Amino acid sequence: MIDGFIALYIFALAAILGFEIIRKVPVILHTPLMSGSNFIHGIVLVGAMIALGHADTTLEKVFGFIAVFLGAGNAAGGYVVTERMLEMFKPRQKKQDDDGAGS
Amino acid sequence: MMETIQAYLPSLIKASYFLAAILFITGLRRMSAPGTARGGIVWAGWGMLIATVATFLLPDMHNMVLIIAALVSSTVLAWVSGKKVAMTDMPQMVALYNGMGGGSAAFIGAMALFNAVDHLGGCTAGTIVDTATAHDCLSGVSMVFAIAGVFIGAIALSGSLIAFGKLQGWIDKRYVFPGQHFFNGLVALGTIGLGVYLTQDLNANYIWFFFGLSLLLGILMTLPIGGADMPVVISLYNAFTGLAVSFEGFVLQNEAMIIAGMLVGAAGTLLTQEMAKAMNRSLASVLFGSMGGSGGKAIEGEMKEIQAQDAAIQMAYADRVIVIPGYGMAVAQAQHKLWEMTEMLLDKGVDVKFAIHPVAGRMPGHMNVLLAEAGVPYDLIEDMEDINGQFAQTDVALVIGANDVVNPVAKTDPESPIYGMPILNVDEAKNSIVIKRGKGTGFAGIQNALFFADHNKMLYGDAQEAIAKLIQGLKAL
Repeated sequence: MIDGFIALYIFALAAILGFEIIRKVPVILHTPLMSGSNFIHGIVLVGAMIALGHADTTLEKVFGFIAVFLGAGNAAGGYVVTERMLEMFKPRQKKQDDDGAGS
Repeated sequence: MMETIQAYLPSLIKASYFLAAILFITGLRRMSAPGTARGGIVWAGWGMLIATVATFLLPDMHNMVLIIAALVSSTVLAWVSGKKVAMTDMPQMVALYNGMGGGSAAFIGAMALFNAVDHLGGCTAGTIVDTATAHDCLSGVSMVFAIAGVFIGAIALSGSLIAFGKLQGWIDKRYVFPGQHFFNGLVALGTIGLGVYLTQDLNANYIWFFFGLSLLLGILMTLPIGGADMPVVISLYNAFTGLAVSFEGFVLQNEAMIIAGMLVGAAGTLLTQEMAKAMNRSLASVLFGSMGGSGGKAIEGEMKEIQAQDAAIQMAYADRVIVIPGYGMAVAQAQHKLWEMTEMLLDKGVDVKFAIHPVAGRMPGHMNVLLAEAGVPYDLIEDMEDINGQFAQTDVALVIGANDVVNPVAKTDPESPIYGMPILNVDEAKNSIVIKRGKGTGFAGIQNALFFADHNKMLYGDAQEAIAKLIQGLKAL
């Protein structure tokens, strides 16, 4: 059971961690990082599944369905987009290294 | 055997959530360095998969058909749209997926509140019941978090959708009317007031009303914001969604949600501040001020045109060239042609660098992503602080569809709305060439003194076509 104060500790520690991780990030990674953090809050999907899994009334089922639908979109879309962006961050290729040696 | 598994299942599920949280943290950490970034998203992806599978194993889960239907249909839709979208449209896709997450959190919160209304008679005030298992009563603290999550999540949902519409070009105007800030302020106060009232008197009609008002507030907040400020706004809503997810995680007593949500909430807030700082704007002025229009002195002089052939010669015989890409390059999808041209220059022994302004394009790092897509090695790409001192020793600065970020009035004209914004010192280069579609002003609607400078030449045309002509010119040499 997580009570208010335990939650406060978790909130604070996670927040400090978030600040520290982002603090020294090169501009080059800002967009992928925003996209990546966008994917991470896709964990809301788990909450939506739990909520729909315990829904009784029709209203709750409708809301739960929407929540799972939206949450899954956040997670899946966030992953694909981030993965595509980061796919491009390959180190300079060997061939170019050789060519570029003279310049 | 089955019984043993049953007995350990709750711990196994908890352990899975723990593992997911750790994978998210390490994943985000890896994503923050270029070398490990690619692996970071994969780590985080495993965390998501583990947490999702574990959730299916939770005891007392009903509506499995509904869950799987929503999960599979949405995953397929998002996966396909995410794969298909062009790299230049990434910012609005991030806005869209982010809005979905915020919406999900808001609906979860609303469900918890409706459920609490249904069981209001059976609950004594202040009792704490595990909502994930009993799901009947809300403690006071949980109720406050549920309400706050609905509020923030709904704003992130409707606000992100407006941002998506603006970047997609569906909503092309800024909607401004007299007394707008006052009106928006009233709506905000009214919504928060209703939220506070809900903690005292939870009732279904008011929950609907509260949800609706929060959505409306997100729309009202975002409509007056200009396109140039959209990246900051998307980043802000990203942080909002993180917070909302964290709050609803408390309501559902789910540690993975609390940690991942708050991690993003904090990281997103810092990212938002950095972006606003790079534009020399405070977050308040982005949200409540409005940029653009007429401010600043008129500029005397004439823009001088150059032909592609001459521009190609000038670059081919230069020692140093700095390329400054902007949104014009993104719209024209000119990054591949640009790299082709750059390789030709490199072959001729020209020292070519790319200078990226922190807010070039529609999002910080947008240009880096596009250049990386075209195969430009990232050690040729320099941040503003690193390259600004080098312009004075540069023979040709080639500006491709960038405008406000190279406008020297930001340094010289205190009346200009962009005064004080850090810019790339293209005006210090020995020569500069600006590829631009027409003679109009940029996103902020401000005249650019660089275009009128003596050592500057304009190469009119779409970025893609203009660079194609430059390549032809280089081949002809």
